[in-house]
Amino acid sequence: MIPPPPRVFGPITRTDVVRYQGASGDLNPVHHDEPFALGAGYPAPLVVGMLPAGVMFAWASDWLGPANVRRVRCRWQAPVFPGDVLTTSGTIAREYDDGGERRVDLELVSTKQDGAVAVRGWATFVAPPTPPPLAPSTDGKESR
Amino acid sequence: MLNQAAVGASGEPFELVVERGKIGELARAIGAEHPDHRSAQPVPPPTFLTTMFHWERLRLDSNPWHRVGMSEERGMHAEQEYVFHGPPPVAGTRLLCTSRIESITEKHGKRGGTLTFAVMVTELRDDSGRLVAEARMTGVETERAPDGAAGGAP
Repeated sequence: MIPPPPRVFGPITRTDVVRYQGASGDLNPVHHDEPFALGAGYPAPLVVGMLPAGVMFAWASDWLGPANVRRVRCRWQAPVFPGDVLTTSGTIAREYDDGGERRVDLELVSTKQDGAVAVRGWATFVAPPTPPPLAPSTDGKESR
Repeated sequence: MLNQAAVGASGEPFELVVERGKIGELARAIGAEHPDHRSAQPVPPPTFLTTMFHWERLRLDSNPWHRVGMSEERGMHAEQEYVFHGPPPVAGTRLLCTSRIESITEKHGKRGGTLTFAVMVTELRDDSGRLVAEARMTGVETERAPDGAAGGAP
């Protein structure tokens, strides 16, 4: 199995953040309310961490199939702000049998345009018999 | 300083129904393009269980996180994990969820002084009582005000 090419998401807009917060239900104002974010000491509203994490794991589930996921874990390492461009990539850490089922462990990373790691991830999927090829998308977003 | 006595505290069980519309909404927000998100019985993206925010709010005392006493200014979401004991629950599945504070531990960091980590685990069970999934949220509180080095307040 060969991982698909990296996926680019962004530049992230405030609309992207609002759409994500509405979907997830995490309405912390530090992620969309500029005066609130500045008052908390940030230079701008901080992009909610689960957005880049969600984008990162979607890269993996678009490749291996969302029904095949068995575990995902992520750790945030650097703040993300509107205007940032994230690139998700990943490698296969291990392929193995688990109780007769073929599994694959992935190591994922989402980096910002300056090379800083925004979030790092680990995932386990059931390996599909023949993973379909995945076309790289332009900005990772649907049209508004 | 976090409240060590919060370890073991549980919230009241709350219901979560995996909804087709919510799957589509979250998939769109994160650029998830797999056709299974839009099939007759949609499969959610891997981080879908984050939408439990919408459900735990419907029941008073479902979320024991406040007992940890994490500072809003110095608290951040450090890690998140979702474990599935089989295929993830598809649209229409009803789950009963219970959250509890799993641990509170200290670690001495190089820059920010002492870091205190708190972990909350949520178990999600189907109508037969089978454990379908677990969500594990780790929050961290720094000794000093953070430099914005993580994902934001949990």
